[in-house]
Amino acid sequence: MFNFFLLILIYSGIYALMALGQNIITGYGGMLSLTQAGFFAIGSYATAILTTRFGWSFWGTLPVAFLLSALFGLLIGLPTLRLKGDYLAIATLGFGEIVRNVLNNWDSLTNGPMGIQKIPMPILFGYTINPYKKYAFLFMIFIFVVIAYLLFQRLARSRMGRALTAVREDEIAAQAMGINITKYKVSAFILGASVAGIAGSLQATFTLSVTPGTYTFMVSVMVLCMVVLGGMGNFKASILGAFIIQFISYFPQLTGLSGSIPAQFQQILFGLILVVMMIWRPQGILGRETRRYGSASGKSKGGAQ
Amino acid sequence: MFTPVFSCYRTVQFSYEGESIVGIAEFFQHLMNGLTLGGIYALIALGYTMVYGILKFINFAHGDVLMVGAYVGLFLFDLLRGSSPLGLWTITSFFLAMIISMAFSALLGMFIERVAYKPLRKATRLAPLLSAIGVSFILSNSAAWMFGTHSRKFNYPFDNTPLHLGEVVITPHQVLILVVSLAMMIILKLFIDRTRMGKAMRATSLDQGTAMLMGINVNRIISLTFAIGSALAAVGGILIALDFKVYATMGTMTGLKAFVAAVVGGIGNISGAMFGGILLGLLETFGVAIFGIPTGLKDTIAFGVLIIILLVKPEGLFGKVEKEKV
Repeated sequence: MFNFFLLILIYSGIYALMALGQNIITGYGGMLSLTQAGFFAIGSYATAILTTRFGWSFWGTLPVAFLLSALFGLLIGLPTLRLKGDYLAIATLGFGEIVRNVLNNWDSLTNGPMGIQKIPMPILFGYTINPYKKYAFLFMIFIFVVIAYLLFQRLARSRMGRALTAVREDEIAAQAMGINITKYKVSAFILGASVAGIAGSLQATFTLSVTPGTYTFMVSVMVLCMVVLGGMGNFKASILGAFIIQFISYFPQLTGLSGSIPAQFQQILFGLILVVMMIWRPQGILGRETRRYGSASGKSKGGAQ
Repeated sequence: MFTPVFSCYRTVQFSYEGESIVGIAEFFQHLMNGLTLGGIYALIALGYTMVYGILKFINFAHGDVLMVGAYVGLFLFDLLRGSSPLGLWTITSFFLAMIISMAFSALLGMFIERVAYKPLRKATRLAPLLSAIGVSFILSNSAAWMFGTHSRKFNYPFDNTPLHLGEVVITPHQVLILVVSLAMMIILKLFIDRTRMGKAMRATSLDQGTAMLMGINVNRIISLTFAIGSALAAVGGILIALDFKVYATMGTMTGLKAFVAAVVGGIGNISGAMFGGILLGLLETFGVAIFGIPTGLKDTIAFGVLIIILLVKPEGLFGKVEKEKV
C-alpha cells in the first residue's frame, strides 16, 4: 500500500514536469498544444534506444532526449505559430498520433508494438538508483521537478515571461511594442516540448521498458487537465494539478474498487473537469500568479513610479 | 494481390505490388477509391468549416459526434432490419436509420453548443477550445464504456458483389457513398445560397454584430450551424463505417483529416471544404498506391499536407486573406 503511494508520487513528479512544460505553452503563451505525449514518447524512446542498443548511460541520453524533443518542437512550431488561429492545436494533435504511428510501424528501430525492454537503471557515482526501491528514485524525480520549477519561475519573471504574457493578452499590441511574436511563441513551445522529453527519459528509466501504447492522446489530455485544474499561468498550480490528477487516476486501484469502477471512468472525469472548469472557474484552483511591481500598497521606496 | 491498408480494417483500396507502370484501368480504380474517401472527408470537413466560419474556433468534438452518429446508425439499422434478407426493406431501413441518426446527431450538436460553448462565447480564445476537448473526451470514452472497445461491423444493406466496368472494379457501396455524399453537398450548397436561412448564416459568418442589427437571431443561426454540421457528420460517420468499422475512437483520426481538408480548402469556405476533402481523399489513395508511401504511414499524408499548406498558402486554396484591423 505504502509502496503504491510512492509509485503515485513518482508518477506525479514525472507528470508534473510535463505539466510545467504545458503551462509555459498554454498558461503563459496562451497556445493550445495537444502533444505532450508525443514529446514524452520521443524522450522515452531516445533513452530506451540509446541505452539498450548503443550502451549509453542514462545521463548521456538526457541531453539527447532534450534536444530531440526541442528539434521536433521547432519543426511543428515554426510553420504553425507564424500564423494566427489555432493551427497549433490541430498540428500537435496530428503529431502525437503520428509519433505513435511511427513507433508502432518502425520495427527495426523501435521493435514495433512490442516495445523495448531491459532498459538499464541509472547509476550515479557508482550508486544504482533502483526503481524497485522507490525512495532513491523519488528523490531523483523530486530534484528534477525542483530544478525545472525554479528555472521556469525565473523564466516567467524574465523578459521572455513578460513578452509571452503580452503576446497572450493582445498580439497586435505586443507587436506594436516591438515584441517578435513568432520568436517568443516558438521558443516557449520548444521549451515546453523539451521538458516533456526529459520527463519521457525519466519515465523510460523508471518503468525499464517502453511500448507505444503508453503514449496515447489520453496522456496529453491528462497533462492539459493538470494545468487547467491547478490554474493556468501558475507553476505551483501545475505541480498541484499533477498530484491531484494522478491521485484521481489511481483512485480505483488505491481504494481497491478497480473491479466496480469502469476503466473509462477517469477519462470521462478528465473531460468533465475541462468543461466544468472552463465554465465555472476558468482561473483554476489557485488562479493565475500575479506579480506586483513595487510594493503592495503601490508606493515603493523609490522603485517603480 | 490485395493488400489491406490496415489489417483490422475492411478495405476497398487495392494496391498492386511490384508494378511500376500505372495502367489506365488501375488509375481509374484509384480515382474511384480516392473519390469515395474524399467525399466522406468533404462531408465531415463542412461541419468544421461552418463552425469556424461563424465562431472562429475549432470544434474538437466534431469527430466524436461523427462516431456517435455511426453508432446510432448501426444500432438502428440492425434493429429495423431484423433478420430480413437483403432487398428493398434493408435499403429502406438503411436510409431510415441514416435520417434518424442525422436528427439525433443534430440534437446532440445543438446540445453540446448550448451547454459547453455558449457560456464561453465572451471568454478568452482558449476557453472554448479546452471545453471542446473535454466534450470530445467525454463522448469517446462514454461510447467506449457503453458499447465496449471492440470494433463493430456495419453490414451492407445490399448485395455488395463488385461490379466490373472493364477492368475497373466498383463495389455498390462505393456508388452509395459517392451518391449520398454528392447529394448532401448539393443540398447544403442550395440551402446556403438560395434560402433565407442560408443568407442569414452567410451574414452571421461575415459579421455577427451587423447581422444582429439586421434582425437576425444569431443564437438561432449558431444552433442551426451546429445542427447541420453534426447531421452531415453523422452521414459521414455512417458512410465511413461502411468502408471501415465502428469503434469508439474512430472520430479522432477521421476528424483530424477532415479538419486538414477544411484548411486546405480555406477554413470558413464551404465550397473549399468540399474541394479540400476530395483532394485529400485522392492524395491519400494515390500516395499509397502510386507514390509508394508505406500503408502504415498513410495517416501521415494528411499531416504532411497540412504542414505544406500552412507554409505555402496558409489561407487555403480558396480562402481570402483577412486584413487585420485594430
